[in-house]
Amino acid sequence: MNVRALIAIVIFASFFGSTAAVASSTTEAALAADPVAEKRLQALSEELRCLVCQNQNIADSNAELAQDLRREIRTMIRDGKSDKEIIDFMVVRYGDFVLYRPPVKGITLLLWGGPLALMLLGLLILVRYLRRRVSRMAEDKPLSADEAGRADALLKELDTR
Amino acid sequence: MNRYYWILGGFAALVALLAIGLGLNPRDVPSPLVGKPAPAFNLNVLATPDKSFGPKDMPGKVWLLNVWASWCVSCRAEHPILVEFSKKVDVPVIGLNYKEVRGDGGFDMGKMSAEDEKKLAFQRANAWLAQHGDPYKLTVMDLDGRVGIDYGVYGVPETYVIDKAGVIRMKHTGPITPDVLGKKIMPLLAELNK
Repeated sequence: MNVRALIAIVIFASFFGSTAAVASSTTEAALAADPVAEKRLQALSEELRCLVCQNQNIADSNAELAQDLRREIRTMIRDGKSDKEIIDFMVVRYGDFVLYRPPVKGITLLLWGGPLALMLLGLLILVRYLRRRVSRMAEDKPLSADEAGRADALLKELDTR
Repeated sequence: MNRYYWILGGFAALVALLAIGLGLNPRDVPSPLVGKPAPAFNLNVLATPDKSFGPKDMPGKVWLLNVWASWCVSCRAEHPILVEFSKKVDVPVIGLNYKEVRGDGGFDMGKMSAEDEKKLAFQRANAWLAQHGDPYKLTVMDLDGRVGIDYGVYGVPETYVIDKAGVIRMKHTGPITPDVLGKKIMPLLAELNK
């Protein structure tokens, strides 16, 4: 295969790829056509988790369900629903799990408080350790004359060996 | 020495927490619908397309709502269990066919008319039940998945147990296994039918 053919293929592929992308985004745009509504849709769907691909929000996910839910949010925006009403609609159906920022309540306490509790525990252990070390260092008194004599004797013994 | 026990204890606690966390099934999201009335719907019946059906047509009955589609591979896995169940147990199972055509992924929906989609969906659903057996009292067709959203469907198959008052008592996501049926669904049905 010569270089020219390769270049032709690359150009063709990139052209084809970009037209495909344009085609899909125009169908999405045709559904909204309203920049304000689209902005709200974007903001809302970034707050909501896609249940099919659990680590993506429904703005990023291309799963069928995410597309359906975006369509649903669009309809609700068109019907003049508030953001809270839309979020509530999702929570009623899919639970707090759809929220990337779940509310603080009994069952989510460990989730919200866990990291803080671990940090406090770490600080506590650090403080205790440092205090002990300081008190141990304070106990290190210089040797008495008697002890110094014994130490000298032991060192000398070693030297003579 | 004492200090090392502390560290060891902390490490063991962390391991225990992670072990529990990793042992959980991330797909097993608790449904907020349990304990709430089954959302109303009014959908066309597969066998009699000119008629419609909704939860209101099951007053005073304990029943199962099973969400399925012919493109759903796990549905095929659980299907024999449902067929067996329908033969042995006197609890009606209603099928909710979820996005039969547009959920398949093999069709260009931009090019298909609503009429064609409906026709194809009924045809495919009927063919699938003819091939694998029909455990359902009836099946309703949720072509666009709108009812599925009301039921919080996110992974077909899903099964709901609905009590005599029309309240959802249990939701199972994923295929029903003999274990789930024997240990969770059957005891609940027995209790509800008391």
